[in-house]
Amino acid sequence: MKQLEVTFIVDPVLSGDEIQATAQTYVDLLKNNGCTIVHVDDMGLRTLAFPIHKRNSGVYFCIEFQTPTGSIIDNMELALRRDERIMRFLTVKLDKYGIKYNEDKRNGLIGKKSRRQDKKEVAPVVAAPVAPVAPVTPVVEAPVVKAPLAEEEE
Amino acid sequence: MATSKDDIKFLSNPKIGQKRKKYCRFRRFGIKYIDFKDPSFLIQFVNEQGKILPRRITGNSLKYQRKVTVAIKRARHLALMPYVTDLLK
Repeated sequence: MKQLEVTFIVDPVLSGDEIQATAQTYVDLLKNNGCTIVHVDDMGLRTLAFPIHKRNSGVYFCIEFQTPTGSIIDNMELALRRDERIMRFLTVKLDKYGIKYNEDKRNGLIGKKSRRQDKKEVAPVVAAPVAPVAPVTPVVEAPVVKAPLAEEEE
Repeated sequence: MATSKDDIKFLSNPKIGQKRKKYCRFRRFGIKYIDFKDPSFLIQFVNEQGKILPRRITGNSLKYQRKVTVAIKRARHLALMPYVTDLLK
């Protein structure tokens, strides 16, 4: 029993239902070929680091599954390659640490991530009440901005 | 005019020349798996142009430097990280 994960990018131009249907076809394909689906992770719409097929964003999906033989992988990759809705894909075999990491991630045990997300969630809340008072802040900020400039001149 | 050793002041800060010992963060913190789907973590191991930093700078042990390299290359393929860029950080 090998545990693998396949990550792929779906074209963001499609409608929300079509995107979900695309991901579902591959989940079904794997299921019909005797694989056990461990987890389907919808990573959502992300900006690409560089344009692919003249698109600047994409919807990421990650399917983690167990396969008894591994013979399905070739068929699945062929299907992914032929599919015009898929922009990129990557299949990776997971080692025991990878399996554990993904499990922990699902259970929210990976500490750093949750902390960072908390910060991000907290930050806008703090920023929002400050924003209405904005007219006052430029007066306060002005000397702070000037100070480093003065040092540079010296 | 009592001058003791405590009063002697150094012309330059004697601690300036000391280097902090490098260490492998994966060994120290027990990180066993490097996720290629987490670009915010991998960004620590590339320079501003998106090039992978060498071991002599990151301090990683060989085993984990290899894993970092593979993870970055996978992330690049999936457009999570750039192949070439400017002002990444």
